[in-house]
Amino acid sequence: MEHAAITVKNLFKSFNGQNILNDLSLLIPRRQTTVIIGRSGDGKSVFLKHLIGLLKPDRGQILIGKDDITVLGEAALNRVRRKFGMLFQDAALFDSMTVARNVAFPLREHSRLKPKEIMEQVLFRLDQVGLNGAENKMPSELSGGMRKRAGLARALALDPEIMLVDEPTTGLDPIMTQAINQLLKETQARLNLTSVIISHDLRGAFYLAHSIVMISKGRVVAQGSPEEIKNSGDPFVRQFLEAGLEGPPEAS
Amino acid sequence: MRFLDSFLGKIGGWVLAGLNQSGGMLIFFLKSLFWLLRPPFRFRLLFRQMEFVGVKSINVVILTGLFTGAVFALQSYYGFAMFGAESLVGSTVALALTRELAPVLTSLMVTGRAGSAMAAEIGTMRVTEQIDALTAMAVNPIQYLVAPRMLAGIIMLPLLTVLTNYIGILGSYVVGVKMLDISEGIFVQNIYTYLAMTDITMGLIKAAVFGLILSVVGCYQGYVTAGGAEGVGRATTRAVVLACILILATDYFLTAVMF
Repeated sequence: MEHAAITVKNLFKSFNGQNILNDLSLLIPRRQTTVIIGRSGDGKSVFLKHLIGLLKPDRGQILIGKDDITVLGEAALNRVRRKFGMLFQDAALFDSMTVARNVAFPLREHSRLKPKEIMEQVLFRLDQVGLNGAENKMPSELSGGMRKRAGLARALALDPEIMLVDEPTTGLDPIMTQAINQLLKETQARLNLTSVIISHDLRGAFYLAHSIVMISKGRVVAQGSPEEIKNSGDPFVRQFLEAGLEGPPEAS
Repeated sequence: MRFLDSFLGKIGGWVLAGLNQSGGMLIFFLKSLFWLLRPPFRFRLLFRQMEFVGVKSINVVILTGLFTGAVFALQSYYGFAMFGAESLVGSTVALALTRELAPVLTSLMVTGRAGSAMAAEIGTMRVTEQIDALTAMAVNPIQYLVAPRMLAGIIMLPLLTVLTNYIGILGSYVVGVKMLDISEGIFVQNIYTYLAMTDITMGLIKAAVFGLILSVVGCYQGYVTAGGAEGVGRATTRAVVLACILILATDYFLTAVMF
């Protein structure tokens, strides 16, 4: 399919004999936000880590553009990885470096910019995520929301085509949750990114997504626009939506 | 019979876990060597680690060397005095230090200081996804984190051992000559007579091997950490215990081959 940025075909992965990804196939459209929802432990984060080669599948293919990253060697894989920016769940900032050095890190590693130009870029990126003046702070001095912003600035530093985001709002208060979701939406629209977001926050998912994918027990059970998902008759989707949007989660 | 089964099963389990661990560590070491020899060479990280492993261990090493030399002089004086050979205290201490005590004790002290810190730091980076972040940013974490630490261990341990040798002999001199009244000329002359250059160089080669062991074990235990803060604690303990045992065991085999 021409407009797919990422094509996943029949992905299998198991840990210690337990199947986490179970014949998962998926097309992720270019320049749109795809939000992947599902219950905790249903393989969402494991799936995201496969997309950037942090984990290798037992079987299956992952095409980034035309490159099947499951068969690439380290050097070729690293070339593909430079198309990505990734925001980790707890931001994964390097805690031995200041915020500025964190954001500068990918530029120092992969660009030929001079130190002064790197600093300009860093300040520009920090400004974009609303972190002016925080460049000399250490990650331990930042609040949860600020860490996410700094992580986002670092992920955007090399102008990625594809943005991977793992649970952007877990552990944040409702106001900060809304602020981060807004920032992610604006960033995607402004930079025209292909964005893949893992979440179990349904409100955020419906706010951000052009398309929603629901994963259960390691495979895709529903995919569609937010409207289609909302109106889905699938009992599992209904159960998930009703628990997430209207009441406390059902015990199982 | 059931008791025997479970007993043998346990021993088998330990053996398999041990083999698994050693195999993992060997592969990790070979990978680190591979990435050490490939550009980009990160001199800044290397120097930072050399400072951490070496320069910041100087105080610990001085104290260790001083007291080891001093107590060894005291003990050997007691033995030698029984048959009037007090003049051999200096050379005995010097030989024991350069061949054995200085490389081993220095490495054990640095394991406690720097090996444990390597495991804790890399382990924390593992559980907070910082190592995944490095990989995601197309930077090989073994090259970035492990290779500089390994090289720093290999370079700095021999240098620290030179210092321990010197301070240890100084300690024995103070005790032997200044406190126990051994003749200064004979004390020093006997060191020159009995201590050969190979004693010192072999000791330094041992130190380099121990430096490699403590850094690889520390980094490996950190790298494979799982299970949050508790996991980091376990990794740190395991790194220190395992490195110390490996250093002592390797010491025996190196001594058997070298001397």
